[in-house]
Amino acid sequence: MLETLVFYLLSGIAIVASALVVGQRNPMYSVLLIIASFGALAGLYIQLDAPFVAVAQIIIYAGAIMVLFLFVVMLLNAPQEDAADWDRAHPLRRPAIARFGSLLALLLVVELAWALISASGVDAPVAAGGVAPDIGSVRALGRVLFVDYVFAFEATSVLILVAMVGAVVLARRDDS
Amino acid sequence: MDLRLLVQLGIIAFTFFMLINASALLVYAERKVMGFMQQRYGPYRVGPHGLLQPLADILKLLMKEELTPKGADRWLFTLAPILAVTAAFAAFATVPFGAETTLFGLLDEPVKLGVSDINVGVLVVFAITSMGVYGIVLAGWSSNSKYSLLGGLRSAAQMISYELSYATALSAVILLAGSLSLRETVDAQAGSWFGVIPRWYVFLQPVGFLIYMIAAVAETNRAPFDFPEAEQELVAGYNTEYSSVRFALFPQAEYINMTTAAAVATDLYLGGWHGPFLPPEYGWIWFLLKVGVILFAYIWVRWTVPRYRYDQLMQFGWKWLFPASVINLIVTAALVLYLNA
Repeated sequence: MLETLVFYLLSGIAIVASALVVGQRNPMYSVLLIIASFGALAGLYIQLDAPFVAVAQIIIYAGAIMVLFLFVVMLLNAPQEDAADWDRAHPLRRPAIARFGSLLALLLVVELAWALISASGVDAPVAAGGVAPDIGSVRALGRVLFVDYVFAFEATSVLILVAMVGAVVLARRDDS
Repeated sequence: MDLRLLVQLGIIAFTFFMLINASALLVYAERKVMGFMQQRYGPYRVGPHGLLQPLADILKLLMKEELTPKGADRWLFTLAPILAVTAAFAAFATVPFGAETTLFGLLDEPVKLGVSDINVGVLVVFAITSMGVYGIVLAGWSSNSKYSLLGGLRSAAQMISYELSYATALSAVILLAGSLSLRETVDAQAGSWFGVIPRWYVFLQPVGFLIYMIAAVAETNRAPFDFPEAEQELVAGYNTEYSSVRFALFPQAEYINMTTAAAVATDLYLGGWHGPFLPPEYGWIWFLLKVGVILFAYIWVRWTVPRYRYDQLMQFGWKWLFPASVINLIVTAALVLYLNA
């Protein structure tokens, strides 16, 4: 009973905060709301008996990546968005493109609804007993990452490194 | 109500109370130690030897008017100190401070001294401490003042830089203990080598301990790394625009963070509540003593070492401390693997 209540509370916070992220005019508030959403997600992970994943979520996303976001927003001192300043002549505001965009959005809603309806009959993996009880433990996670899927894991890290080097190269100014 | 639950609630309330006390006592200790180091008496008027000085300070701060600058972001300006102090309190939640006890025979089965005991305790402390930076950054940004903003930015940069070394130093201890639980790490340090040297990880990890302590000083924004509030350049840094209770919450968060860092260092490196002479039931006395020694060292360093320059801080963090902690981790990992094989 209590667990269900906490689940709905956390999911509610996550969904509402995520929705508000898009609606904010001030980028500073967007960053803070997304942190709140991450915190609620971490709570959901704890409910799934995966405390390590929850803590990793806080350390990496809420603690490291979002601090970087906040840093950039503060340094750029991004102005508040104002409806009066919108560029009416922007190519993305042409009627044909806007219609195409709204069609895509509609498709996304339909797709989400279909996915939710077709998934509602399936039991949660933990409740169905299909998963080992220590699935969220550090040992199990380490084995999966560094033994079973070590190639994919290392390849991903190399990919991220490449992206980082690429960003540095692109952002560098030629001093010549 | 269930007696166990009641006792656990009592422990939580006690921990909360002690953390508030710790921040008040540390203010007093800081001023007193500073006084002695500068050949003065320090606070002496309020109460015997000035012991009630923190109480007077708090009372005075409570009576002050709460000011909000005109250009400030009201919401975040109020939220920032609350965030800072909440993160500071919450970080202590998984730090154990004593062995199992029956509270002098009052209970049938022993309880663990500590708010909660979960199997990733070290990481939880680390995660919540890293959230503390938001309080300072937001305070800096929402004040809408140059000094505050610069203080907040410096704080963010400094905390990100030193968190890495801090976490890497912790990982070496985790490798040695083979557990992420703080309580298990402490219990792995029971006993002694040759009956003389206690089995504390500080003897196996002297470099790690040093790195941890340096990074912890930087994490808690203490001198010689107190750039977020460098008074010569930034007036008072991120809390320039704050007054009254909101202002008081920032130093309180800082002192509680110091206490947490010292308690974690005690648990990870100094054997927690294990020590000679005392029965395990009274281990918390050892714990308090060790935490006290580390906190004294903190204050000692503050009034002995002058502040670094900001670029020196970054250079030191990235070019010396971080490589040293990585080498420490690699050597530890190799040795653990070699000796266990």
